[in-house]
Amino acid sequence: MERIGFLKTSEAVGIAILAALILIVLPLGLDIFRLNLAGKYLTYAFVAIGLVLCWGHGGILSLGQGMFFGLGGYAMAMFLKLEASSPEATKIQSTPGIPDFMDWNQLTELPWFWQPFHSLTLSLVAVVLVPTAFAFLIGTAMFKRRVGGVYFAIITQAIAAILTILIVGQQGYTGGINGITDLRTLKGWDIRTDEAKYVLYFVNAGLLLAAVAAAYFVRQSKLGRILVAMRDKEDRVRFSGYNVANFKTFVFCLAAALSAIGGAMFTLQVGFMSPSFVGIVPSIEMVIYTAVGGRLSILGAVYGTLLVNWAKTSFSESFPELWLLGLGGLFIAVVLAFPNGLAGIYADTIAPRLSRLLRRARPALGGTVPAGAPAE
Amino acid sequence: MSHKPPPTEMPALPSALRRKLLLGMAALPAAAVLPRVAWGAAPATAAVNTTGLAVSDDSVTVGILHSVTGTMAISETGSVQAEKLAIDQINAEGGVLGRKIKFIQEDGASDWPTFAEKAKKLLVNDKCAAVFGCWTSASRKAVLPVFEQYNGMLYYPTFYEGLEQSKNVIYTGQEATQQIIAGLDWVTKEKGAKTFYLLGSDYIWPRTSNKIARKHIENVLKTKVVGEEYFPLGHTQFNSVINKIKLTKPDVIYAIIVGGSNVAFYKQLKAAGIDLSKQTLVTISVTEDEIDGIGGENIAGAYACMKYFQSLDNPNNKSFVSDFKKMWGDKTVIGDVTQAAYLGPWLWKLTVEKAGSFDIDKVAAASPGVEFTAAPEGYVRIHDNHHLWSKTRVGRAKADGQYEVIYETAELMEPDPFPKGYQ
Repeated sequence: MERIGFLKTSEAVGIAILAALILIVLPLGLDIFRLNLAGKYLTYAFVAIGLVLCWGHGGILSLGQGMFFGLGGYAMAMFLKLEASSPEATKIQSTPGIPDFMDWNQLTELPWFWQPFHSLTLSLVAVVLVPTAFAFLIGTAMFKRRVGGVYFAIITQAIAAILTILIVGQQGYTGGINGITDLRTLKGWDIRTDEAKYVLYFVNAGLLLAAVAAAYFVRQSKLGRILVAMRDKEDRVRFSGYNVANFKTFVFCLAAALSAIGGAMFTLQVGFMSPSFVGIVPSIEMVIYTAVGGRLSILGAVYGTLLVNWAKTSFSESFPELWLLGLGGLFIAVVLAFPNGLAGIYADTIAPRLSRLLRRARPALGGTVPAGAPAE
Repeated sequence: MSHKPPPTEMPALPSALRRKLLLGMAALPAAAVLPRVAWGAAPATAAVNTTGLAVSDDSVTVGILHSVTGTMAISETGSVQAEKLAIDQINAEGGVLGRKIKFIQEDGASDWPTFAEKAKKLLVNDKCAAVFGCWTSASRKAVLPVFEQYNGMLYYPTFYEGLEQSKNVIYTGQEATQQIIAGLDWVTKEKGAKTFYLLGSDYIWPRTSNKIARKHIENVLKTKVVGEEYFPLGHTQFNSVINKIKLTKPDVIYAIIVGGSNVAFYKQLKAAGIDLSKQTLVTISVTEDEIDGIGGENIAGAYACMKYFQSLDNPNNKSFVSDFKKMWGDKTVIGDVTQAAYLGPWLWKLTVEKAGSFDIDKVAAASPGVEFTAAPEGYVRIHDNHHLWSKTRVGRAKADGQYEVIYETAELMEPDPFPKGYQ
């Protein structure tokens, strides 16, 4: 098989098609409102890609990816909120210069852990580092003790629930259930204008393509093959002398870091962050995106995310009272009829036809007839 | 305006007679052969809509944005029903500036980011001239920047914590001081209450409301708060706080518990032997809608401070309740917020007609001073700060799930979203 860098030709073509779709087709075909929505969906795709590596290849089902998405988003939101809470902008408060929700909760000074978020650099570092460190902590604690499978899934779910309760409960420090709202500017650049939305969309799309490429890189590396081996026969890998826990922790952290980048881009594009992305329900939704796309397929995860969210938006616009049933129906249908998701449909039905077409086209183009082809 | 019933301050006609009169009035234009002339020709679209809203020669589009799915659906359904009823009634009277109201309904799905997404859709894609919607503070906080950025008009129905005022929002519910202060004064005077135990669900509205209550209790009434506790949303274990209440024996339990937690709280209170006919309990978070879930027998005897109860005895309310039940079924109950949601479309219609334009800026500017005399709660007026002047009432819960109104303020309470001395 021919290779372009670390990618197979077919993979490179797949990425090129995705790039064409999100960099050219969507921006040309959608108005800014819909494009901004598409940008929002694409931020979830970061989580889905992480899940393909972690769950599809590593066999680690995490039902708490929303935590990392949320932590990344909160880190970004804290920076933007501090910038929006300048003493001039908040002079009607009893304590000017602190975020409005702190003032409502009788806080009179900025808590220490908010201080680093005055700096953009530190905030961007925190976007990636805090969720990754958190994942490292969970991963080390669980995988070293050989907790896996369903038990790990349940524990991640519990941690997601705990984190939500913590954020909602500490509303003076976190904005509570309202979340951190009314974000305005990034270093003086108004993120609410249409131009800013375009720029952020392309930044997001670029980062997503980079994430896709990184995921392919991991998958074709030796690490990727060890992951699959671990998923299928963990003990054999362990007996071969590999430290299984370290590999698992690594891929879990990688998935967390990807989710966090998605979360930060979400905050920038949507203009706020709230605990409703941290909890169990959004985390499971993100697993569904991956399942619909096909949990083994990196590109499938992106398309799955786009499809599910597009269906969610359009069903709910057309049938505001019934849309959840429609969405539920879609999931059941996909899981029953196409257990490998969109990627499975492609591999089973579209790809064979495509290659047959190509084979037929090749002689016409003057190519040589493959050796095994029947002579007609 | 000529079709509206007289204000409640005027001597009330017997309800049946008034309805007949109304029917007669409604029939007048039809009898006049040239109904268009009877209403007066509608003003030209170009004149009443200079900013590209969804207004045509015979229709105007508005949005309804509530949760019809998810945990908040049970609370927000009443608001959706009330808004649809009001829109129906306005259309039956000839619409707004001669244009029928069409509405686009979107589902916020009890999810704040979804609210923001749908609000943007209603304003940017659908160019709605006004949006009636939101319920929780969190959903309002999520859509507020959207309404301010795209210059929309939101009519928000829920009683809420205050600390907010926007050109782009009309708050048709009470801000916190309107609900709290008169109620505390009443319970102090009527029950001689000296000690209060404050309870609440843990989010911005109960916390801010209890903060205002505590300041009023300590600084104005010079009495004492003996305890203050908060519970996460959805909390269902209240036994430990009920024990503390039994130990401290407060004169008044002041409860701002919301949603499903209410069911557990009142049942456990009853099971623990706290008899609400002897122990005074004041709530500002339980309307007739919530009693539906709690069960009237579990909460009978409790007092609630609201601006509206379904049992209010005035002709406006009688016809509102009967129209509501005709449209949505006999079993529906009408709570405070449902009534406030009903005010939204009417206030918007009156404001648009006062401004002579659908333009958001003109509607926002014309809003202060708009009066609605046919409100089920009685006369209301929009304050300069975009909140409503309205009365505070105290009701006592009965076993049948209704409130018996036992007190109302003589005057309309002034809305004060940034109360001095209470922050």
